[in-house]
Amino acid sequence: MEYEIVIGMEIHIELGTKTKIFCSCPTEFGQDENTHTCPVCLGMPGVLPVLNEKVVEYATRAGLALNCEIAHFSKMDRKNYFYPDLPKAYQTSQFDLPICTGGVVGIEVDGVKKDIGITRIHIEEDAGKLLHESADGTLLDVNRCGVPLIEIVTEPDLRSAEEARAFAEKVRNILEYTGVSDCKMEQGSMRFDVNLSIREKGSEVLGTRTEMKNLNSFRALIRAVQYESKRQIIELKKGHTIIQETRKWDDTKGTSSSLRSKEEAHDYRYFPEPDLVPIVLEPAYIEKIKSELPELPEAKKQRYIDEYKLPEYDAGVLTTTGVTARFFEDAVALYNEPKQISNWMMVEIPPLLKENEVSMENISITPAQLVELLKLVKNNEISGNTGKEVLKEMFSTGKNPGDIVKEKGLAQMSDTGELEAIIEKIVSDNPKSVEDIGAGNEKAYGFLTGQVMKATKGKANAQVANEIIRAVVAKHLA
Amino acid sequence: MSLTREDVTYVANLARLEFSEDEVIALADQLGAVLDYAETLSGLDTSKIKATEHVLAVQNVFRADEIESCLTNEEALANAPESEAGCFKVPRVME
Repeated sequence: MEYEIVIGMEIHIELGTKTKIFCSCPTEFGQDENTHTCPVCLGMPGVLPVLNEKVVEYATRAGLALNCEIAHFSKMDRKNYFYPDLPKAYQTSQFDLPICTGGVVGIEVDGVKKDIGITRIHIEEDAGKLLHESADGTLLDVNRCGVPLIEIVTEPDLRSAEEARAFAEKVRNILEYTGVSDCKMEQGSMRFDVNLSIREKGSEVLGTRTEMKNLNSFRALIRAVQYESKRQIIELKKGHTIIQETRKWDDTKGTSSSLRSKEEAHDYRYFPEPDLVPIVLEPAYIEKIKSELPELPEAKKQRYIDEYKLPEYDAGVLTTTGVTARFFEDAVALYNEPKQISNWMMVEIPPLLKENEVSMENISITPAQLVELLKLVKNNEISGNTGKEVLKEMFSTGKNPGDIVKEKGLAQMSDTGELEAIIEKIVSDNPKSVEDIGAGNEKAYGFLTGQVMKATKGKANAQVANEIIRAVVAKHLA
Repeated sequence: MSLTREDVTYVANLARLEFSEDEVIALADQLGAVLDYAETLSGLDTSKIKATEHVLAVQNVFRADEIESCLTNEEALANAPESEAGCFKVPRVME
């Protein structure tokens, strides 16, 4: 029997607001434990939460960017459960009337395009952080309690680990562009839950699903999906039934294990939050946010192909993140050589970022500096290879390329008189090579070119040097 | 009686409450009576009435996204029965 994997995802994203969702504490990551709290986020009795207007704005923006309908009327609800990371013993969330519904995101895997449906996006508060460092208990840091989240829930439209990854990357890409979140996975700003089931290929009925929570990297997402789908298929082949349950993914071991079975744990007894009043969004408000949306990755990619005549591949790579796209556009604005800039950004810069352990966000060179370097190469003042060396130097020192070339004497030698003298000597010193060339061995030119480069420390303009070598050799053979 | 003892035990479990057998019987009676009373509302024709999402006729109460001062770590932990390393300490949680 052929099996089919069916996946639906829930993606939690921390919004990049300055303050928490219901109080004025800062959302800053990585602060000392329990220093960003107040009676509201500590869950003290009698406090009154007030919704942060930016949360509504960002959720609306995210919803529009993911092609959702924005609800005219939505409200907050209480989701009740006991866990020590939740001081109130309920999470303020949205249940039956979420702020966004019915979106769609296009993905492409191995050249096949597909639309993934978004069921809903709702706003809610993040929970605190449990630290398992104490010898005889668990420690709680409340700083993260009340950090605003959106939860994006998809239709069960995904069919493989690759599709899940492509979708997650696309969502990250779009949300990073819209500026609603930094989507930094290493800081927990973006986390995935995966609902996965198996069914016979061609069947319309969904199998029993399991849920894996808090996958916090693309790698964990892919591995968890691969592991869990394999596990379920093996169970089914043995004639076992799948138990509906929450499973914990252990990224170190690369396995998942049962956490709790769904029927006993998941009765959240949602009810409308009496302390928060409904959110009513007028069409004018929604239209205004729509009109302020930045150019999204898809549109930008197409524009790079149309306007800059870049290959689709280049356009795709350059628009992967907003930061990369901005760097490219700033460079093109200074120097209208999109393909040359694209080549250097795609081929030369990534290894240097890796070597220096920095990302595009904190790259040490400016678009203007890159442009200055590319002009030096284009005008033959330095060779392409020297250009790569200079770029490396720019990364480590932050100096301007022109200064580096001057300081290190890297400027290319195009002065024919000077080159002629050097080449004349080399050809005279290597009569064997001249003989070989006379005998039809063109490879001997390569040897001579090498000698010229050695003598000039690589600064000879290769094209000019080759012309002179051929002329001088011809003279010697005559 | 509209509420069974199983219902009482189930809800008590969700609320982390423990009751003796006698208490469960008494609560099933008492809560059942409350529910039965509330049930009288079902006798009304509400087909033409819009669902009430909130009891107040108020909407869109927002605050600006501006930082205000927080409690200090000491203040935050002042009411904690147990604390350690600047954190609230709770009984060990299975990870």
